[in-house]
Amino acid sequence: MVIINKETRVIVQGMTGHQGTFHSGEMIKFGTNVVAGVSPGKAGTKVNGVDVYNNVIDTLPLKPDASMISVPAPFVKDAALEAMENGIKLVYILTEHVPVHDTMELYHEARRKGVFLIGPNSPGITVAGQAKIGIMPNNIFRVGDVAVASRSGTLTYEIVKAVTDAGYGESTVIGLGGDPIVGTTFSDIIRIFNDDPQTKQIVLVGEIGGNEEEKAAQYIKEHVKKPVTGYITGISAPPGKKMGHAGAIIEKGTGTAESKIKAFKDAGIKVASYPDDIPELLKK
Amino acid sequence: MNLYEYMGKEIFRKYGIPVPDGYVIENVGELKKFEYPVAIKSQILSGKRGKAGGIKFAKNAEDLKTFSEQLLNSTINNLTVKKLLIERMLNIKKELYLSITLDRATKQPVIILSADGGMEIESVPEENIHKIYIDPMVGYSDYIAREALSYLPVENKKQFSSLLESLYKAFVGEDALLTEINPLVIDAENNIVAGDSKVIIDDNALYRHKDYMITDPDKTDLENEAASKSFTFIEMDGDIGVIANGAGLTMATMDALTLHKLKPRNFLDLGGTDNIEIVEDAFSFVMRARPKLIFVNIFGGVTKADTVANGIVSSKKKFNIKQQIVVRLSGVHEEEGQKILLDSGIKAFNNMTDAVKELSKIQGVE
Repeated sequence: MVIINKETRVIVQGMTGHQGTFHSGEMIKFGTNVVAGVSPGKAGTKVNGVDVYNNVIDTLPLKPDASMISVPAPFVKDAALEAMENGIKLVYILTEHVPVHDTMELYHEARRKGVFLIGPNSPGITVAGQAKIGIMPNNIFRVGDVAVASRSGTLTYEIVKAVTDAGYGESTVIGLGGDPIVGTTFSDIIRIFNDDPQTKQIVLVGEIGGNEEEKAAQYIKEHVKKPVTGYITGISAPPGKKMGHAGAIIEKGTGTAESKIKAFKDAGIKVASYPDDIPELLKK
Repeated sequence: MNLYEYMGKEIFRKYGIPVPDGYVIENVGELKKFEYPVAIKSQILSGKRGKAGGIKFAKNAEDLKTFSEQLLNSTINNLTVKKLLIERMLNIKKELYLSITLDRATKQPVIILSADGGMEIESVPEENIHKIYIDPMVGYSDYIAREALSYLPVENKKQFSSLLESLYKAFVGEDALLTEINPLVIDAENNIVAGDSKVIIDDNALYRHKDYMITDPDKTDLENEAASKSFTFIEMDGDIGVIANGAGLTMATMDALTLHKLKPRNFLDLGGTDNIEIVEDAFSFVMRARPKLIFVNIFGGVTKADTVANGIVSSKKKFNIKQQIVVRLSGVHEEEGQKILLDSGIKAFNNMTDAVKELSKIQGVE
């Protein structure tokens, strides 16, 4: 287990919204300990049997450990600052299209306060058999020892399902988020997976843009003994064109699929050409 | 969104950054009496504009009219010139480079400076480029200008300091990903003036800057039309129409096609939707791009496989689609979806590799 477990006390900011209602329900079904919702002006209502409060500070008697933020993009920065100011040490942002200047400020504020920030534009984190915070489908997991970190959403589910269907199971699966700046990066998570006794092997699903895959590859080369399998999307993306993920944009020759695949191979990471190939590359 | 030079200069002006006097025209009827000589600058989003003949200089009204006529509606670097910026010519003594951009590695704004301005910053030797990082939660302070000035041959230090602070304010205030001044001109009177502008605004922050709510000059007409939709649509130059869900999976789909020597006509990420109408809307854009063949690649989650299947069947009728549609359906409600498709004569694959092989077979590029 890493980062979260069955006991982790979760609040959902924006729980009365369409996404917040649906996904908090799915989280509860998965076994997550959702202790409260927060929606300004909605105090006294209930969603999925859970009490809703106006402010994060009102939920503090319930001792929340983590917050899931599912509010519209213009309100994300405020909601995340509210959670961090109130001492919550794990903040996960589901919302996409958050302005990058807002994320940049949240990133530095989180580091300063020792907050584990996931996202934005992330499907969240799932610890199989324990809890999930986020929107990954409940039925694709089996308790096991493969840890997965990815910058995608749907592609992550697809790969997790392929891993599960091939007879393996997962320890922790985390979606880091598709934006150019996210709270938790590959180099952060690889350290955690490396120290996690539950994790015996690691899958990294990267994409073009930035240099986080390269940094993680360097760390793996120097410190990681566990087998690592990688996959990089965006080989075919024309330079300068944004492919949906704000993160997936090639900048001046760096962050290309080629440089990432090379960094992976140099670090001894097995690299899949297609997502379907990943299970075959896992260690039996 | 990339802004034209004249738009970037409007922002500079708003923040008190000196720019040359000038005005924009769309036809020669709009030419005004102006102090000569003037620079006539084609407003296109492309580097090396000058080398390609996009910038001309006029000493009198006659030249101005002749050159403006030549440039308007001409094609430079594959782009049509629709607007010209007519500007007072600067008496250049020195050209510097100054920009502020977002450094992805350290996740903070970085000021980039060089005494070698006027050329592409990529061609300036590394040792002549200086970087100053700013903690976004702390912001700008005067020591930053003092450090910057230690790298640059600037006499008018006060003017430079205030310009740098203004540029940082513009970078933050306008939600920019890049504010670049190249060249930053020092003129014969030691005044510092922004000779050019390159400004990129974060698309996700456009709601805070309603004045930029214009059609994105970098996008095709179809792409601009799709901008208000919940899905992401990008045109490419191949012949296979693509609809997939999730940016990562859509990108992986493009990669798989490319690896099989198949060429996508477009990128279309449906996003998380469970609405047949959105699927139909997506098809309407793909069909207008006139693909030879269509590939739908769905891994059901929030986007249910059966909803997409229903959308495929109804779109086929609605848009009278004659092209073959190859479908891969998996994930949530895949069995229901596969059955819906089978009932209307479409066989769906449940893994991506098999579906791509089928496309290769149809295209004869095995």
